[in-house]
Amino acid sequence: MAAADGQVSPNAFNEKAWHEVVLQTLKRNDIRLVPYVPDRVLTTLIKEIHADPFFTTFPTAREEEAVGIVSGAWMGGLRGAVLMQTSGFATLANVLASLAIPYQIPLIMFVSERGTLGEFNYGQSLVCRTMRPVLDSLAMEHHTATRLDEFEFIVDRSIKQAITTQAPVALILSPLLTGGKVFDK
Amino acid sequence: MSKQESKPARNTKVMNRFDLTSRLVAKLKNEEAVIGGIGNTNFDLWAAGHRPQNFYMLGSMGLAFPIALGVALAQPKRRVFALEGDGSLLMQLGCLSTIATLKPKNLSMIVMDNGIYQITGAQPTPAAAVSDLIAVAIGCGLTNSAWAADEEDFERLVDQSLSASEPTLIGVRIDDKPGTGTTRRDPVQIRERFMLALGVRDAL
Repeated sequence: MAAADGQVSPNAFNEKAWHEVVLQTLKRNDIRLVPYVPDRVLTTLIKEIHADPFFTTFPTAREEEAVGIVSGAWMGGLRGAVLMQTSGFATLANVLASLAIPYQIPLIMFVSERGTLGEFNYGQSLVCRTMRPVLDSLAMEHHTATRLDEFEFIVDRSIKQAITTQAPVALILSPLLTGGKVFDK
Repeated sequence: MSKQESKPARNTKVMNRFDLTSRLVAKLKNEEAVIGGIGNTNFDLWAAGHRPQNFYMLGSMGLAFPIALGVALAQPKRRVFALEGDGSLLMQLGCLSTIATLKPKNLSMIVMDNGIYQITGAQPTPAAAVSDLIAVAIGCGLTNSAWAADEEDFERLVDQSLSASEPTLIGVRIDDKPGTGTTRRDPVQIRERFMLALGVRDAL
């Protein structure tokens, strides 16, 4: 799309990397607490969030623990989001069904997607297939982000919707957006 | 494999969950938040006299301490108590390291240890004969952890925790009695009342 036709060029959005979009959108929505279980794809984002005093961020031993922490923080008036990878999401069915959904907690999750588009680990490719069926079986809002030009819109609107409707949301970060994790690592 | 026949030596009295919970609740004068883990732990918290600053879990076994950590981080000026069973804590031991790292000084944790999954038929936990949960907590970096020798000691440890400079974990050995009441299982109301009581939002 050419800038000359009066449209905003996608390049205007492309100036920011996807992880900068996450960080800035979290800030704009006053999300200060970010517990995580790391993933290679999330490395830069985690570093940047650690480097920014706006955030309280730390690793947890399990994804479920991080969900408990942000749920408690929400009830205490502090907004949070959890970072994880696909296999970590697969450990969450119980806490989603017994805490986040029935208590109407706006749990915001960023899930780095492993298991597709070049996966080299058979286990990751299998567990990835459980993610959307679990989300759908619980009728949870979820989006798969594949394009940088749509990304800020998806993240910002999803956070706002989660908070106003008091419902959890999963934002799945596709390798199409992040580049994913490649075979040599 | 030799059969374990005795619990680790502990010079601690076997107490009662409802009695200890009632003693704790009687001490709460400053709108302290209390997070009750699943099952008997929150049934006894309910039975000790519902207060809107209580949050009752209805599932998510093992998350009482993480939820309490979240509340403690959100409201550093409010004292937050968490009540958890030994079987529940075994599901989420990693949270002890997270809490030891973050060191919220307004967090007081209590683990009710009867060595059994009382509510499912009193089956022994894998830890029952061999593990000392307070030693585990200390090993995780929660140095302010201790077994309560008896009810008076429990009350003393609770009082001490109010002015501690680090998070506190109190272990109590309890009997095999079931919970005294039954929490009203209304998750939305429980959460909304809790948030109102914590001053996070206004009622409609």
